[in-house]
Amino acid sequence: MFPASFEYVKANSIRDAISILSDDDDAKVLAGGHSLLPLMKLRLAAPGTLVDIGGIRELSYIEDKGDHIAIGALTRHHDIEHSGLLKESVPFLSYVASLVGDPSVRHRGTIGGSISHGDGASDLPAAVLALDGDLVVEGPSGERIIKASEFFIGFLETALGQGEILKEIRVPKITGGWSYQKFNRRAQDWAIVGVAAVSVGETKVSLVNMGSVPLRAYATEETLKNGGSIEEASEKASEGLQPPSDLNASAEYRKHLAKVLVNRALTETLAQ
Amino acid sequence: MTAVETSSSERVTGQRLLRREDPELLTGEAKFVDDLAQQDVLHMAIVRSPVARAKIISIDTSAARAIDGVVGVYTGRDLKDLWQQPMPCAWVVTPDMKNPAHFPLAVDSVNYMGDAVAVVLANDKVIASDAVASIEVEYEELPPVLDLEESATDKVVIHPELGTNTSYVWALEPDNAKLEAAFSSAAHVVKGRFVQQRLIPSAMEPRGLLIVPQPYGGEYTLYSSTQIPHILKIMIAVTLGISESKIRVVAPSVGGGFGSKLNVYAEELLAFTLAKKTGKPIRWMEERSENALATVHGRGQIQEIELAADSDGKVLGIRANLLADMGAYLQLLTPGVPLLGGFLYHGLYDVAAYSFKCTGLFTNKTPTDAYRGAGRPEATFAIERGMDLLAHEMGIDPAEIRRRNFIPKEKFPYSSSPGLVFDSGNYLPNLEMALEKVGYSKLREEQFQLRSQNSKKHLGIGLSCYVEMCGLAPSKVLASLNYSAGGWEAATVRLLPTGKVQVVTGTAPHGQGHETSWAMIVADRLGINPDDVEVLHSDTSISPHGLDTYGSRSLSVGGTAIFMATGKVLDKARQIAAHQLEVAPEDLEYQDGNFSVKGSSEKKMALGQVAFEAFTAHNLPDGMEPTLEATTTWDPPNFTFPFGTHIAVVEIDEDTGDVKLVKYVAVDDVGNQINPMIVEGQIEGGIAQGVGQALFEEAIYDESGNLLTSTLAEYLVPSATELPNFELGSTFTPSPSNPMGVKGVGEAGCIASPPAVINAVVDALSTFGVKHIDMPASPEKIWNAIHQD
Amino acid sequence: MQISTTVNGLSHTNEVEARTLLVHYIRDVLRLTGTNVGCDTSSCGACTVLLNGESVKSCTVLAVQADGQEITTIEGMASESGLHPIQKAFQENHGLQCGYCTPGMVMAAASFLHENPSPTEKEVREALEGNLCRCTGYHNIVKSVLAAAGEMGGAR
Repeated sequence: MFPASFEYVKANSIRDAISILSDDDDAKVLAGGHSLLPLMKLRLAAPGTLVDIGGIRELSYIEDKGDHIAIGALTRHHDIEHSGLLKESVPFLSYVASLVGDPSVRHRGTIGGSISHGDGASDLPAAVLALDGDLVVEGPSGERIIKASEFFIGFLETALGQGEILKEIRVPKITGGWSYQKFNRRAQDWAIVGVAAVSVGETKVSLVNMGSVPLRAYATEETLKNGGSIEEASEKASEGLQPPSDLNASAEYRKHLAKVLVNRALTETLAQ
Repeated sequence: MTAVETSSSERVTGQRLLRREDPELLTGEAKFVDDLAQQDVLHMAIVRSPVARAKIISIDTSAARAIDGVVGVYTGRDLKDLWQQPMPCAWVVTPDMKNPAHFPLAVDSVNYMGDAVAVVLANDKVIASDAVASIEVEYEELPPVLDLEESATDKVVIHPELGTNTSYVWALEPDNAKLEAAFSSAAHVVKGRFVQQRLIPSAMEPRGLLIVPQPYGGEYTLYSSTQIPHILKIMIAVTLGISESKIRVVAPSVGGGFGSKLNVYAEELLAFTLAKKTGKPIRWMEERSENALATVHGRGQIQEIELAADSDGKVLGIRANLLADMGAYLQLLTPGVPLLGGFLYHGLYDVAAYSFKCTGLFTNKTPTDAYRGAGRPEATFAIERGMDLLAHEMGIDPAEIRRRNFIPKEKFPYSSSPGLVFDSGNYLPNLEMALEKVGYSKLREEQFQLRSQNSKKHLGIGLSCYVEMCGLAPSKVLASLNYSAGGWEAATVRLLPTGKVQVVTGTAPHGQGHETSWAMIVADRLGINPDDVEVLHSDTSISPHGLDTYGSRSLSVGGTAIFMATGKVLDKARQIAAHQLEVAPEDLEYQDGNFSVKGSSEKKMALGQVAFEAFTAHNLPDGMEPTLEATTTWDPPNFTFPFGTHIAVVEIDEDTGDVKLVKYVAVDDVGNQINPMIVEGQIEGGIAQGVGQALFEEAIYDESGNLLTSTLAEYLVPSATELPNFELGSTFTPSPSNPMGVKGVGEAGCIASPPAVINAVVDALSTFGVKHIDMPASPEKIWNAIHQD
Repeated sequence: MQISTTVNGLSHTNEVEARTLLVHYIRDVLRLTGTNVGCDTSSCGACTVLLNGESVKSCTVLAVQADGQEITTIEGMASESGLHPIQKAFQENHGLQCGYCTPGMVMAAASFLHENPSPTEKEVREALEGNLCRCTGYHNIVKSVLAAAGEMGGAR
């Protein structure tokens, strides 16, 4: 399998990348390549230009900013999995990263790439949602911050505008409990359903592969906030959702799994 | 373990000798077909049908032809006059079997997703791939037939020229009156309907080839990732009308086969034809998603089995009825595969009355053919599920129902009601060893405890006792099955002038370690170091005679040929040594590579010296031909019948339906073992493949006939994380059918494991009233089974 | 495009198309054919190599992304003194049959044992989750990696 031909441009800085991307609407950003290259090999994607930002070393970092942790978009899953700082302050995120793909995939895949791809079946977008993180993007008209809850718009579609690049992910330090429940048949596969729960003040819950985008389980969160039990909150897990039916699971089974996994995630989170 | 005859004071066979194949495979030095260097080579790529059934209206190749580097583009119409014969099917199972003509490129219509419609040759593989993407084919889609029961109705006939979707009906009904009597007198009758899902064999190396024409000599060398270089050579000659003497087929390192490379494929015939047409070397390498479509699938059956038993649970009669999915066309052995199980639906139980019927049906899917076990895993699944159903109905333990029905040791050789003679068996101790090893009674207690605590974790224990027929095969038996080849195997053993030994075998290994095991057989027989034995194979110009590797045949047929040829060499060596030492041959003893005169320690001669004398031929007995070599073509008198007991333990999460295989015990009896390390490896790999069928794998088509599981992201080959360690044991019941007492081990694991796992799953779910669950037992299926009313 | 790499300690400068995958660069340009291709979807791991010492699936990296970097393939594992301890452990524990997945398994194991020199059986199984084998059932592969860990000094 070979990708269709494309122009390859190595960006030396984020400004450099932005200027190429703003001029060329057939251009795509290449970071680790682990979301994009498989699609290109199957010729399900055929961008005219690839702008490789992989060499911009200053976009790979994990830093303590006092009230939050700032993670550079090019930080690899592997680095998130093994970061001492994250294990201490946001162990949830390290844990989720450790379940992405397999070790070789984690050596290449980046958090920025995964979030920008916006796949509803991926682990890290849902994790950042549950953390209610902030996404720092930079574009032709400068920098802006998008709430994770407003970032994922549709199937593989995000709030990134033309020429915009995700630069940094900001997540709060976790003070309370957390849990990530990933249900799949083989360890290397995407979640059939995944549930992330995080307590930072209040408990936030997000769902993997329960729709075309990563989702917050608002009905569940609301129930908890109003003093509902874990059982009651779990019952609301898939309220209003239309999960996909595919090879691995029917929509009905996904709804059931979501309830069970939300229950488990909340039980684990609230016990800590 | 009974000993294999040896001339070695330190027995070689039975040792865990490390594999000589490994260093080059471990360092990347080994050459798989795509690793072979070739100058000036054209790359072939195939345009495949994206639809299941359609008329080809038009094919526009103009854009492809315009690409720089594209050398040729051919459609089915362009090449249709070049085929002497349609693609070969070597097994006409009934005189009236329907076999639609099938050519390497479709001409007017396509009948499965993946059917080849055009072929590109280009200077570069990337360009070939671009050219394929640029070819526009217009199809007029026709309604596909995807379901077996629907196929049988003939409402839509796939191949109008046949007038039906039924390829054949094959029945084995030795005594219907007896069978009727068994059922009418039975205290218990249990019935099961089981689906053997389609599987994608998924050898890690997809198929590939390189063909090199020799322009002046007129010879073609085909390097192919195949299990059958010898059979392939004959079939190419017949199908393309090329003299067999001009064809050399070489199987280089082959990255797994599992039956899927036991075939004659369209790409091999296409590449051959195009090499002839262009005079250029041609290379083709299958992509994984092509492999899922264009390489044969396995299984694909609906089985109905009925067991009649008396009030003690003794099975009196068995009736089995199959619908077998042929796919769109008949490949090399397609129709025969389900029939290989047709003699074994009574398993290793003493059952007097029997009938088996199989209806082969066409569908608009990839053709099926041999896949590890080929017919025997299906038969074993049906009878072992049936035995559990019977045990459940009678309220007795699954181990006990088996004990009551085993063919007793005294009855061997055992004439089975379907007409086989089981060579040897001793089933009861094998079962008891497995039960002991797994801690059966303790597990049952644990299961009881969990149940009485109303745990949401459910433990299931599943037994599978199996016997299989392997060592394909006595040629006369194959004749009676109307198979168009024999089942012998050839070997030549040659002493080289320096005393080293060269073995030429007709077997074609692709991971089984033949080089190591065959050297061990010879070393043992000659009392020499296995390192002094070289093994040549898988090249029709080095090893001209052979019938290759499949059906767990290589050791019991090919290994036996080597053993016997070595004996002949030793006999001739004895004549020479006797002549040189001036004694009678019977006065010589042979041990550890030396002939010595009985009762005298001085008068002796090393085998190497004898070899040199045979080479110089200066002083041989009158009339004796020079050189020391012998050939044996061994036609086995019977199949061999390995057996064993596998026990799977699963844990099921009631809330999600998640199933985990937590423990697996296998006690196999494959007769005498040449290299127990290799035997264990074969069993372990087979178990994993069977667990794949039981829990993970299925070729899934949508309602239009699109294959949805065409990549390894969707087709769930299990990884290390999904499997436990396996605990193995052996019993040893030698086969009387060959001098080494060996049976064969290539398929045993895969035959035994699916029913063990499914019996465990059903056992775990029995508290919910679940009686059966079809494979693969996915979490969703399990969850649905728990919540069915 | 021109790229420069160091592969198994040797420097190379080559002209490649932008769309050339690292695995094709290794196999077709450098003619190091020990690295195999088993799938199209980064699922099987047959193509695993080390990029700057860490395992990657070379079918999912562009050759141009490896410009200026260090690559180790299976051909770089054995030395004049013989097989690498991981390779040796695979032979001694019958961790391979057809050998097609083996180079990828060995490279994945090398990367993993560097990160975790004294793993448990469960950790080894998890580390190999992205490398498929159809022959061995993994039993002996896991045993091989544990044995290699012991040999390399990290036995638990």
